[in-house]
Amino acid sequence: MRERASWDVVCTVDDLIAESGVAVWTEDGPVAVFYLPHRLPALFAISHTDPFTGKNVLARGITGDLKGQPVVASPLYKQHFNLETGQCLEDETVQVKTYPVLLDGQNIRIEVPASVSRTAAA
Amino acid sequence: MSKKNLIVIGNGMVGHHFLEKLVDTPAVTDFNITVFGEEKLLAYDRVHLSEYFSGSTHSDLAMGTAEWYAEHQIDLHLDEGVTDIDRERQVVKTPRGEYPYDELVLATGSYPFVPPIKGNDNPHCLVYRTLEDLDDIRASAKGVKTGVVVGGGLLGLEAANALKSLGLEAHVVEFAPRLMPVQLDRDGGALLKHKIEEIGVQVHTEKATTEIVDGDSARLRMNFSDESHLETDLIVFSAGIRPQDTLARSCGLDIGERGGIIINDQCTTSDPHIHAIGECALWSEKIFGLVAPGYTMARTMASVLNGDQEAAFTGADMSTKLKLLGVDVGSIGDAHGQTPGAKSIRFNDEQAGHYRRMVISEDGKKLLGAILVGDNGPYDTLLQYALNEIDLPESPETLILPESEGGAPALGPDALPETASICSCHNVTKGDICGAIDAGCADLGAVKSETKASTGCGGCAALLKTVVDSELEKRGVEVSKDICEHFPYSRQELFHLVKVSGIRTFQTLIRDHGKGHGCDICKPAVASILATCWNEHVLATDHVPLQDTNDTFMANMQKNGTYSIVPRVPGGEITPDKLIVLGQVAKEYNLYTKITGGQRIDLFGATLSELPEIWEKLIAAGFETGHAYGKALRTVKSCVGSTWCRYGVQDSVGMAIHLEDRYKGLRAPHKIKFAVSGCTRECAEAQSKDIGVIATENGWNLYVCGNGGMRPRHGDLFATDLSDEELVSTIDRVLMFYVRTADRLQRTSVWMENLEGGLDYLKQVVLEDSLGIGAELEEHMESLVGTYQCEWKTAVEDPEKRKRFREFVNAPEKKDPVQQWTMERDQKRPVLESEVEPA
Ligand SMILES: Cc1cc2nc3c(=O)[nH]c(=O)nc-3n(C[C@H](O)[C@H](O)[C@H](O)COP(=O)(O)OP(=O)(O)OC[C@H]3O[C@@H](n4cnc5c(N)ncnc54)[C@H](O)[C@@H]3O)c2cc1C
Repeated sequence: MRERASWDVVCTVDDLIAESGVAVWTEDGPVAVFYLPHRLPALFAISHTDPFTGKNVLARGITGDLKGQPVVASPLYKQHFNLETGQCLEDETVQVKTYPVLLDGQNIRIEVPASVSRTAAA
Repeated sequence: MSKKNLIVIGNGMVGHHFLEKLVDTPAVTDFNITVFGEEKLLAYDRVHLSEYFSGSTHSDLAMGTAEWYAEHQIDLHLDEGVTDIDRERQVVKTPRGEYPYDELVLATGSYPFVPPIKGNDNPHCLVYRTLEDLDDIRASAKGVKTGVVVGGGLLGLEAANALKSLGLEAHVVEFAPRLMPVQLDRDGGALLKHKIEEIGVQVHTEKATTEIVDGDSARLRMNFSDESHLETDLIVFSAGIRPQDTLARSCGLDIGERGGIIINDQCTTSDPHIHAIGECALWSEKIFGLVAPGYTMARTMASVLNGDQEAAFTGADMSTKLKLLGVDVGSIGDAHGQTPGAKSIRFNDEQAGHYRRMVISEDGKKLLGAILVGDNGPYDTLLQYALNEIDLPESPETLILPESEGGAPALGPDALPETASICSCHNVTKGDICGAIDAGCADLGAVKSETKASTGCGGCAALLKTVVDSELEKRGVEVSKDICEHFPYSRQELFHLVKVSGIRTFQTLIRDHGKGHGCDICKPAVASILATCWNEHVLATDHVPLQDTNDTFMANMQKNGTYSIVPRVPGGEITPDKLIVLGQVAKEYNLYTKITGGQRIDLFGATLSELPEIWEKLIAAGFETGHAYGKALRTVKSCVGSTWCRYGVQDSVGMAIHLEDRYKGLRAPHKIKFAVSGCTRECAEAQSKDIGVIATENGWNLYVCGNGGMRPRHGDLFATDLSDEELVSTIDRVLMFYVRTADRLQRTSVWMENLEGGLDYLKQVVLEDSLGIGAELEEHMESLVGTYQCEWKTAVEDPEKRKRFREFVNAPEKKDPVQQWTMERDQKRPVLESEVEPA
């Protein structure tokens, strides 16, 4: 079991953009938060860093679904990432980090692991 | 059983094809195969020989590889011509030795006929048959001005085109009173001559050359029997071909009266162990100077050697369809109406430059032949009527009339019998295609690789696609034109749905007409359609999440995640004050600057949060967004025009600015580029643009659907000498029709090529208003022009929209730590991946 960590407030509902993502800065680095009001649950948080280029851009990709999975397409070279699992659909060896996320009143909270040991992006 | 020796003489197109067929049969294991080729190079595609002058190399044209020969244990002797055949001892001789055969196949092709004219042995008298010939022509053409082709047949005209492409002034000298005397009649030949002269090749008919002597102003002088003469630096003889039957003659095989090795239906000569295929063979007193009949002989030969008793060559169709010097020419069957009782129907439109003739049987029921010059549109349909002896419709003339005048539509694939030949290069019938589909081929690609259809000359590509699509549909396979998994519609159909049902949001469209939640394919496509229909701001709440990242942030994302900014500079005209502002802004934000190909200035390296600030400053100085990020009008490039230039005949800058202001912001299936040139010198390179405008003394010439970039294409001349108003209304219609009907990410060039009916159809719709939608297209464009807004101006003024440009919503001051910069040639640039030190 993972060590219980803090649920950091990263932004409010007003900051979110329906059917799209925003980037937030956390102790664990840049994270992309997506709000897909037509799905349940509607909130997803994954690393903002595109694993193919190391650039912080994933929140700026187009969201949608492919074969039923919620995905975002990297705005750089268009690979798709499953928003629930972080799995890249085009390359099974690539995954981005995912974070538990919840709505608390007006606040959006993300669970960041306690002892953050960041590894450099691929 | 020990193996028998099979020798093939000639490694040309047919010889190679024969080997390809033979290795597919069990018989291949019965033989030790040896091939002799006189040329130094492995068999290549002679049909596309001329491409050697437009950049193709031998390996591009090669039909096989040395590895392929090795893999099939075929002993290939190139640059080793056979000099003798000893039938008694069953050996062939070459300068290097003797080789025994059990079966011998002659595939020696033909050689160019050089008429016996005094002086024809001059080193600058050349022929046009092999790659080596082309090297010689290239060498001879170096640094000289003029070239003459003797012979106005199919190959002669191709050679003339080649001379032209080498930069020579090209002439064609023909003995007969018209061009292509074999395939065309008087009117067809006359029209072809006219068209060819229009593009700068001079045609001299009814000229008999008597001698070639030294010239005064050029290397050579040709004297003609009518006392006239012509000076030229080189001469290419293309006065017909003769079967290469020298070997066969000297070993005593039966030869036709006018040459050619006589063969029977099994491609066997008068010696049962010697066979002949391709252009060297004479079957039923006929020589076949085309590749498809040669391939048919090659297939027959392979089957015969494989022991197939039924295999027989039964003649071949000599119909041809080509583009000569850019002019469509087609000739089918009995083009001259030599069948007893044959009658003709002719359609001759001198205005459009179309000549069409049908030759029909005495009872008017069957099509015997046809001639087309200027437009091969009806060719496929006519060929099917002729080959398959399909009964003609009641008014057969409709087949050659333009559709707008009551012409019949193309023959549907259902009307073709199973035996209809679809691909004559590889002898694939409609039945073969159905068979392949029934055996599991589920799309065009699979059918092509299974049957080889359309992998020869490619002339049947369009027909093949219709047949495959229709057969797949019949079997309940949906031929998917769907844009993606979320919508069972093409872009054009989606456009229609949006427009007709007045749909204004993606959510409504997907709820009513799609499934799921959309993706990065359909969302931007729908965003573009919505923009064309309703012209709402790209960052309106409903539209934000649909856009590609570039549209969302109205800037171009670069490889390091920063953005570049391109303000509009209409027509490339800019004041010193505005230039200074660009410099100041670039300096303040430390942006890398570069002039673009579209006559504007690109500012690179801005972060997301800097974009609105930068735009505030640019807008204050009078700039507007340049839509460099959008599938939209990019720039209207212009030359300086009549205001300054000594040669300009119209104000090209003024027109460019007018057009750019009119169409700025128009969202389209792909980017659109314009250019306006002030005279025919064409300094703005308008013919490489989607819309190209070139000034004339009397107004403007309009070119459409050109393209630079990955697949260059010259625009087609669409209309001439237009007034300012006519120019604008014509462009309105062309663009709006494109925006409504093109596929996603389809540039105008590809769109036009895929429009059924192509350029002529587009002309009918736009210039003749054949669909009756001209006024509507103009109105629609007018409404978009009227609702234009500078997206950036609206965005910076709206705090809600500006929120979107925060790099990290919870840390406004935070800079993205992964961006690293360095200096090069006095400007900043991103650190490249190769330069990053490992962490
Ligand atoms: C410029 C050009 C354009 C053409 N365009 C078309 C077209 O659009 N459509 C069409 O259908 N056809 C076209 N053709 C014709 C087509 O190329 C021929 O029909 C085809 O090449 C015939 O094939 P083949 O194998 O019979 O002869 P070739 O391809 O000529 O091959 C014969 C080979 O045998 C070799 N050979 C001859 N004698 C000997 C010997 N004693 N020992 C060893 N080797 C020997 C020759 O060197 C040659 O390489 C065109 C031809 C040319 C030149």
